[in-house]
Amino acid sequence: MKPSEDPSDDATDPRAGASIDEFVPDRPDDATDGAADSATAVRSDGGTVDADSPFETTASVAETRTDRVDRFFEEYIRTPWSILRTDWRALAAFAILGTYILIATVGVYLIEPTESAHGPQLLGVFETWEFPLGTTSSGKDVLALAVHSTPSILVMMASGAVFTVVIGSFFGVVAGYKGGMVDTVLSTITDVFINIPGLPLVIVLAMLLEEWINNPVALGVLLAVAAWAGLARSIRSQVLTIRSESFIEAARAMDLPTRWILLREIIPHLLPYIVVNMMNAARRVIFAAVALYFLGVLPFSDANWGVMLNNAYNAGALYRTSAIHWLLVPMIAITGIAIGLILLAQSLDQVFNPRIRARHQDLGDDDQIEPDSETDTKDMMNV
Amino acid sequence: MDWKIRRFGQGLFTVWAVVSLTFFITRMMPGNPVDAFVAQIGPELENPQEAYELAETYMNINPEAPLHVAYRDYMISMVQGDLGRSMSQNAEVTELMAEAVPWTLFVMSWAIAISFVVGISLGAIMAYWEGSTFDTAVTGYATTVTSIPFYVLALLLLMVFGYQLGWFPTGGRQPSGVEAGFNLPFMLGMIHHAALPVFSMLVASGAASLTMRGNSVRILGEDYLRVARLRGLADRTIAVRYVARNAILPMYTGLMIAIGTMFGGAVVLEEIYTYRGMGYYMIQAVRMRDYPLMMGAFTVITIAVVIALLIADLTYGKIDPRAGGENREAF
Repeated sequence: MKPSEDPSDDATDPRAGASIDEFVPDRPDDATDGAADSATAVRSDGGTVDADSPFETTASVAETRTDRVDRFFEEYIRTPWSILRTDWRALAAFAILGTYILIATVGVYLIEPTESAHGPQLLGVFETWEFPLGTTSSGKDVLALAVHSTPSILVMMASGAVFTVVIGSFFGVVAGYKGGMVDTVLSTITDVFINIPGLPLVIVLAMLLEEWINNPVALGVLLAVAAWAGLARSIRSQVLTIRSESFIEAARAMDLPTRWILLREIIPHLLPYIVVNMMNAARRVIFAAVALYFLGVLPFSDANWGVMLNNAYNAGALYRTSAIHWLLVPMIAITGIAIGLILLAQSLDQVFNPRIRARHQDLGDDDQIEPDSETDTKDMMNV
Repeated sequence: MDWKIRRFGQGLFTVWAVVSLTFFITRMMPGNPVDAFVAQIGPELENPQEAYELAETYMNINPEAPLHVAYRDYMISMVQGDLGRSMSQNAEVTELMAEAVPWTLFVMSWAIAISFVVGISLGAIMAYWEGSTFDTAVTGYATTVTSIPFYVLALLLLMVFGYQLGWFPTGGRQPSGVEAGFNLPFMLGMIHHAALPVFSMLVASGAASLTMRGNSVRILGEDYLRVARLRGLADRTIAVRYVARNAILPMYTGLMIAIGTMFGGAVVLEEIYTYRGMGYYMIQAVRMRDYPLMMGAFTVITIAVVIALLIADLTYGKIDPRAGGENREAF
């Protein structure tokens, strides 16, 4: 808590809201002061409510704009940064994902796209400076193929992850909170989708919707169709445990609209869980997308790791040692980005862990919360 | 008991919903198989009207019938076990599937069983020796393994153990030149052919072991465990009945979702190992634009998952007495 919110000093502070009564002359006919006067009136049980009634106390110090901005920075920028800076997993994750983003934005301009007969056939790795990762059997530069696949993969990953999380959270939160008929209907839909195996469903849909699946965003959304149900179910069970907490009950007693309770009370509470799951969803979307391209069931126009795998597989890279690099490069690319996403999920888990947060937060001297040992935080993660 | 019946009804409902979904996809979606089929076959026939009749033979859907009649006929033929006729294999889809299903079930049930057992045991051992070198090493291993897609592992295994070392066959599902049946060489050959596909699915054990480790560590710190030790219960009892049971329960949903994911993964796995199961036929069908076989394989894979999850759910009641009987107020 910031000092400005400390309730203990309002009794001595002349600006405290309750004590203003002393300076206001009694005017029983004044309608606006009538409410304040009734506070000092004799109660039905014979006692009087003294001026320090907790219901009439207001903050002693008005929170200024700077305070709010400062608190925002403390909560969303400084504390997370302070935690992430000391966590090697976060640094590794930022380095890995940053490299991929750099490749997708800058790399595509530095490395020219390749075409057939660009170089000699099936050149090995690190044999010439012109083709550091070798060439394919049709003489394409493997490095250029891998680099030029990155942007579309990243876009696909982002759209798939966001869509999964939005649909999954919506179904999970609404079903868990509302209960009753709404829950039955939404849970049934979720259950049906859990029972449909994802990859075959996506293959069938991709084949029928071939004309629509021509950009990475659409493909990401399609892949999310098969991925949201598991998230929805686990979020629902999380909501079930917090829907009867007292702060939700209080919000309901205040007759706040359901939308407010869901968006302002429940979702922020589940945010850590949702963000960590978003990283896992991103990983699964990439795996599924590359699998579909590898199977050759998706139409493709540009370079893609899955297409590279497929071409290498069909060119016999499994038994031709001269073509192995063609197969290994996309494999390493997929595994690398997945490691980055997992490490990020693990370190974000630390950011959201209240005990670790407490250690990094600027709290003033007295209220240090007992810090927790670092080792058992990775148990919270959920892969 | 009541809960079991309800759960069974839910399974039936899911199958109905999926079959209805396949009808919707086959008949009504943009670019749907029936229209594509008619457009593909029609011009080659002398009498284009025949295309509609052929559509009914192959896909159980008469494109000219009104929607509700077509839906009723489709459902009736589904209940009778008629999934239509494959164009590329020139055989009944039901027959093809009946022959392929056992192989997929064989590989997938072993894959699921082994990866769960390995994952849960590793997680339990890691939790027991928390903070040791073993723990750190296996945590690192599990994180790495989780970031490898199973098909990448499948390709690597095939490359190393199939082609380079030659220890395992590179494709197929049964030994050649051995009479099929319950004889030892055939059974061993079957296991030999299934080994690589099963081990490719081991990547699923990574995530399971990390979750198991986390759950176990949390439970090891609970007060009731200290009480159990004070009561002088045997270590075995504590490990199995107190720790393992309570650590596995929260993983159940995740494991069930993993079952669906792994069955879906059969599509890629069987294609890589040319293992002629349901998934292999499905990919062949997609390649050949053989819509009846594709939809049939999709339906059968889904029903297999529904049944697997039903079994998993019903046995859940055995280990968690709290299962079922939810009665909550609605807001």
